[in-house]
Amino acid sequence: MAVTALSAAESKRLSPRLRKLEDERWLAMALLAPTAILLGLFIAYPFFEGVLLSLSSARVGDPGHFVGLKNFYKIWDDSIFRTTVWNTFWYTGVTTVFKLALGLWLAILLNRHFKGKAIIRAFILLPFIIPTVLSTFAWKWMFDPTFSVINWTLFQLGLITTRINWLGDPDLAMTSIIIINIWRGVPFFAITLLAGLQTISPELHEAAAIDGARPWARFWHVTWPLLMPVTLVVVLFSVIQTFADFQLVYVMTGGGPANATHLFATYAYQLGIGTGLLSEGAAISLAMFPFLFVIVVVQLLYIRRVETR
Amino acid sequence: MIEGALWRRWVFYNLPLTLFVFVLLFPFYWMIVTTFRPDGELYLPWNAPNYMPFWTNNPTLEHILYLFEETNFARWMFNTMFIALVSTVISLFCGVLAGYALARLNFPYAGGLGTAIFITYLVPQTLLFIPLAEIIRNFQLGDTPWSLILTYPTFLIPFCTWLMMGYFKAIPKELEECARIDGASRWKAMVYIIIPVAVPGILSSGIIAFTLSWNEFIYALVFLSSPDQKTVPVGVTSELIRGDVFFWGPLMAGALLGSIPVAIVYSFFVEHYVAGLTGSVKG
Repeated sequence: MAVTALSAAESKRLSPRLRKLEDERWLAMALLAPTAILLGLFIAYPFFEGVLLSLSSARVGDPGHFVGLKNFYKIWDDSIFRTTVWNTFWYTGVTTVFKLALGLWLAILLNRHFKGKAIIRAFILLPFIIPTVLSTFAWKWMFDPTFSVINWTLFQLGLITTRINWLGDPDLAMTSIIIINIWRGVPFFAITLLAGLQTISPELHEAAAIDGARPWARFWHVTWPLLMPVTLVVVLFSVIQTFADFQLVYVMTGGGPANATHLFATYAYQLGIGTGLLSEGAAISLAMFPFLFVIVVVQLLYIRRVETR
Repeated sequence: MIEGALWRRWVFYNLPLTLFVFVLLFPFYWMIVTTFRPDGELYLPWNAPNYMPFWTNNPTLEHILYLFEETNFARWMFNTMFIALVSTVISLFCGVLAGYALARLNFPYAGGLGTAIFITYLVPQTLLFIPLAEIIRNFQLGDTPWSLILTYPTFLIPFCTWLMMGYFKAIPKELEECARIDGASRWKAMVYIIIPVAVPGILSSGIIAFTLSWNEFIYALVFLSSPDQKTVPVGVTSELIRGDVFFWGPLMAGALLGSIPVAIVYSFFVEHYVAGLTGSVKG
């Protein structure tokens, strides 16, 4: 690499603007400016605007006026909103537990040398790479009430005699959505946890084995605690993405049957964009914020505690 | 690590791994089979006697042709590609510069700004889509690719910045100091010495940013309305379902073809993708 050396005379010829960039503070400001402008314009400003919107009576074509917390009182009394809150927690909780358990299992299966490991690892990530909406359509087709291949398989195996209407029943619809979310999330957990596993020195395992620890004890007392910091960050990301999920439910059920499978985002979309009640939609979206905030703070504090231990 | 007999290796490792791979890949296989299956075979009830779900003896291209002849699919592909590429370039530009500043320069509030970036990294798109739709309309950007090109960086920049900070922090300070002793300005040391060393990180961020923008749905759904402006995920959702009628053949064909660009990019840069993914969760 050629280092472009400037002689003393040359550096004096630098334009005043470039000389200013020699000062770390000016350079930092210049480097951060594009980011600050874009994020300010499209995150900070919409957030502020969203708060105002949720405190107004705006609809499509009617800017509305300030109404205080009326929208929040209204959604609090809304039984669909309460179902939505419950659904979102259930969906996030169940999928996270399964994604962590299955992802860790898959990571352990991959954490050894065998033929074709690289190829298997590459293929395993596909559910995470392929656009969610597109792969969810494949699942929707697999769960189709009349043409379901899953029903066909269960029928051929003699496990069912009549069809299962996967997306027509509220509980089954929720279960289907949970299955797809787990399917999509396991690869992410597996690959990131695998990276964590690979940083754990095999000597620790050997030492524990010499001391007589059985495989399960070795996992529980050596692997799990050492993997904790990575696990926590992966869980943090996954929880936030799952809590705020939209695409999967939108494609699979659109919140139905009878509004039984809504998450915050799909219900906000239905009210805000679907029926044009912008202010109520914005209020439902923003109602996610305190929950997300608490999740992030608790997780970050916990991560800090684990890392300084 | 593996002790014991061969059967144990099969029961505890190979069998579960095979099951995992089967379940993770089956939906894609199903997508492919459906794409090439003629309509007559597609709509056989699941308990029909001669139903052969996993294979077809009469492969057809009718669904793919339908996509290109009856819908704007080619246009959606172009839109998605254009939007994904431009927003990735913008995000990389911003993310690399910001990551460099936050990782290697001393200035007041550096720590606070780093935390702020991390927090925006965690803001989901679904939190802000309604007010953002209003803002896009006020800026006269509605129903144009620019509405997405300018908003996708809001979730891509924090990601790129965070990942690049990790890469920049790993480069020894001496490298820069040497260049500066040789007379290079700060700017030149950054552009000619440090950024070239960080190229693997830039590739990783770029590939992940590209797949993330290809995957984005809710902004595209809300900001775009005319059929020839749509991206693949939105176009497939809105144009291949009419009322309650799903055109499953073309739908699966669209899902398959719409996945191919991402799959190709991914297949060329698997290692970079994995490195980026694991780097993104390092605190």
